[in-house]
Amino acid sequence: MNERQGSIKRFAAPIRTFAHRFAYVGLIVAATALILVGKMEPAAVDRARAQITDAVAPILDAISKPVEAVSRAVGEIKTVLELREENARLRQERDHLMEWQAVARRLETENKAMRDLLTFVPSSEVQSIAARVIGDAGGAFARTMILNAGSRDGVRKGQAVATGAGLVGRIQEVGNHSSRILLLTDLNSRVPVVMETSRVRGIAAGTNGEVLRLVLLPPNAVIEPGERVVTSGHGGALPVGLPVGIVVATKDGAIEVRPFVDPARLELVRILEFGLDGILDLPIVRVERKRRGER
Amino acid sequence: MRPGFWHRVDKLARDLTPFALTFLLVIVNVIPYHVPGFARVAPALPLIGIYYWAVYRPDLMPAVAVFGIGIMNDFLSGMPAGVSALTFLAVQWTAIAQRRFFSGKAFAIVWFGFAIVAAGALALQWLAMSVIAGELLEARTLVYHFALTAAIFPLPAWLFTRWQQAFLVIE
Repeated sequence: MNERQGSIKRFAAPIRTFAHRFAYVGLIVAATALILVGKMEPAAVDRARAQITDAVAPILDAISKPVEAVSRAVGEIKTVLELREENARLRQERDHLMEWQAVARRLETENKAMRDLLTFVPSSEVQSIAARVIGDAGGAFARTMILNAGSRDGVRKGQAVATGAGLVGRIQEVGNHSSRILLLTDLNSRVPVVMETSRVRGIAAGTNGEVLRLVLLPPNAVIEPGERVVTSGHGGALPVGLPVGIVVATKDGAIEVRPFVDPARLELVRILEFGLDGILDLPIVRVERKRRGER
Repeated sequence: MRPGFWHRVDKLARDLTPFALTFLLVIVNVIPYHVPGFARVAPALPLIGIYYWAVYRPDLMPAVAVFGIGIMNDFLSGMPAGVSALTFLAVQWTAIAQRRFFSGKAFAIVWFGFAIVAAGALALQWLAMSVIAGELLEARTLVYHFALTAAIFPLPAWLFTRWQQAFLVIE
């Protein structure tokens, strides 16, 4: 009996090894094929990704809450320790802002009077959806975050995501009750921008690092460090004038922009309902279709 | 004597835990920690699970499970689908191939082995991502990413060892 088992084992071992190797080769081929499919048919992979993210979202939602509470508690302690300095700084800032308020009031009345004169068409009102960050994908290669709001809350692909401080990124894919933001800093992120004072237009491209790079600038454009960069609204994907960041360095032709929002600190964000579809969704085709429908 | 039904259910449940624990690392990896600058260099935790179980209990972690964990990691972390699956399979294959060398060796040797395998895995990932992006990606942050991954290895490994001693004793 034992002898027979031994001979079976002797016979079966190479087959098992072969099957084992075959499984590896097969799976590696499958993984490579999947990468290629993702490159050629991104929509299909995005849909699968959204579904998986949807399924895991409740778990992430539950785990992220205590983590958030701890990080908030640490923040609270820090705040208490820095209360005096903070207070002094805020007083100073308030005085400064009061001056600005006076200027703003004057400009507002002036602006209103001029609009009345010109019968100006105001840009559409921006509404927003609030969402909580439940996932911050680690790793050096992709910069995305998962939110706990999805299509049932009215989130759509291409919408801008912002906080009070400025633009965070754009909605990359949407599940039923979760969605994913492509952060400004991701390598695949491209945002049309304009320099606030010099009005030079360009594209803020992500680098996977902490800063953005300004590309597609007009030749001979002069940009100084310290200039604020805001969205230009070109392409119809984003509202006009959302703060993006500040020019920090101009070295050997590359102009770097530091975003106003540090994604690491994000807990709550606003998803802006701008009324127009994002450029990711080919707005031109959509608009034509809508027009045809109207007729 | 043939083991009873509940005994087998119990064994199956225990045998599934390496997969479940590694999957847990995938989830833990995407929780927002609100620490500035951390997300970019956060350790690649799932690599640790893949390597650990490949060295100590490869019988409980079939290649298909590794593939599945890789895909989940790709989907949740926002990487192109297939990249993690590819690197995780490479890690498991390497670890199993060198298993005889690791058996009975001191923990420091296994840790050192992990550092080498992780370096190779992250380099492979960088290569795959560069090919997909069509340009050479910046590799500086990758060094910190690697250093943190290698440095944190003893913690999950210790937890896994305790788990293994408590629930996965070979009868």
